[in-house]
Amino acid sequence: MGDGPPSIWEWIARNWDTGRVDSIRNLLTDHLTMSLVPILLALVLALPLGLACVRWRWLYQPTAGLFNVVYALPSLPIFMLLISVTGLTQTTVIIPLTFYGMAVLLPAVVDGLGSVPDHVRQSAVAMGFTPLRRLLLVELPIAVPVVLAGLRVVAVSSISLVSVGALIGQGGLGGLFTRAYQNPFMPPVVVGIVLIVALALVADGLIVLAQRLLTPWVRARKGQGA
Amino acid sequence: MGWLTAFFSWLGEFFGNPENWSGPDGIPMRLLEHLEFSALALALAALIAVPLGLLIGHTGRGEVLVVVSANLARALPTLGLLVMFVLLLGAASIWPVIIPLVLLSVPPILVNTYEGIRGVDPELRDAAYGMGLRGPQVLLRVLVPVALPLILLGCRLSAIQVVATTTVAAYTGLGGLGRYVIDGFATKDYASVVGGSVLIVLFALVVQTLFTLAQRVTVSPGVSQRLKVR
Repeated sequence: MGDGPPSIWEWIARNWDTGRVDSIRNLLTDHLTMSLVPILLALVLALPLGLACVRWRWLYQPTAGLFNVVYALPSLPIFMLLISVTGLTQTTVIIPLTFYGMAVLLPAVVDGLGSVPDHVRQSAVAMGFTPLRRLLLVELPIAVPVVLAGLRVVAVSSISLVSVGALIGQGGLGGLFTRAYQNPFMPPVVVGIVLIVALALVADGLIVLAQRLLTPWVRARKGQGA
Repeated sequence: MGWLTAFFSWLGEFFGNPENWSGPDGIPMRLLEHLEFSALALALAALIAVPLGLLIGHTGRGEVLVVVSANLARALPTLGLLVMFVLLLGAASIWPVIIPLVLLSVPPILVNTYEGIRGVDPELRDAAYGMGLRGPQVLLRVLVPVALPLILLGCRLSAIQVVATTTVAAYTGLGGLGRYVIDGFATKDYASVVGGSVLIVLFALVVQTLFTLAQRVTVSPGVSQRLKVR
């Protein structure tokens, strides 16, 4: 170790796997858990809720209104209020992030299902699809691009929002920011920002990839048109 | 249900304490600070984002900037940006904290202003030119009123975000309601944490409601009706 302050690479090497809870590796794992769980939960919960809103139209306005309000609630005070119920745990971060995600995904699911052309639906009925098979094999696949566009927003913003949890000691890589502020030191901040943006980019890329795999007809149609 | 009784007793302790209602740490001053910082950041962001969005939407140049800024703003961690600016510029004034607040509130307004202008029916645009209006006139008299719902939506999203970010910024020394939460958490004064959190949530809800009302009042009836038909 030289004299002056360590370079950013030295700092990473020294802190990557210290065996302590705040090693970069552990923070990264925590960060992934606290962002992936709400992303997936939001999707799993928003799908049936969106379906219900499409089936019973009267449900949509009040539900969307409620989630609109939920979306306006700032994360930090919500974390703080939840502490008295769920304690200083990852759950305290995961619950609000799930709701924010649902607020974005619900309209995406409803719009996606609404984007199914009527003639397609009628063709499916005429071909003898039962409602369930029609939903799974015809309507949901057509809704995929709109739903996944919403999921991209949810993924990227959840990954960055987790870091606010550092203010209650559960922020994954956000822990690097509080550490850097407490004893002023730039490398952890840079590493944290870079890793979080990189995670967001990877998640975004994976969803784009999933969309290509799930909707092969989009490319086929483009190829024909050219 | 123990937490519920605890919650209400903390609320009572916080709001019932006369010390919390006066002086520089009092609720009125903190509320005013929160309003001041949020409004300042939002106003600066709107001053940058609305003209830029109008320009890019109208000319069709620099669209990449809109997309990149929107994605970057979502991906960049607020807390990291705040700490970075304070470490770089010191904490002598409020500006090292206000700058990141402004930077993060530009994209929602920029994106929605741009989308609003791009989304105007091309026939309407052509008709305006056909009537002899020039570029800037078309923009200000036709495109802006039609795009207003989206521009205001962008401002509302930014306002919500800025209220939240101002709260987080208390960690890096900014005043405002976030102080109760951050300081209370540090000193295990849960009455302060709970009371401050409730105040911030109420503040955010009021901001949300005001902007929703503003959307209703300022949008031309012709435009809002047309949106309803679609």
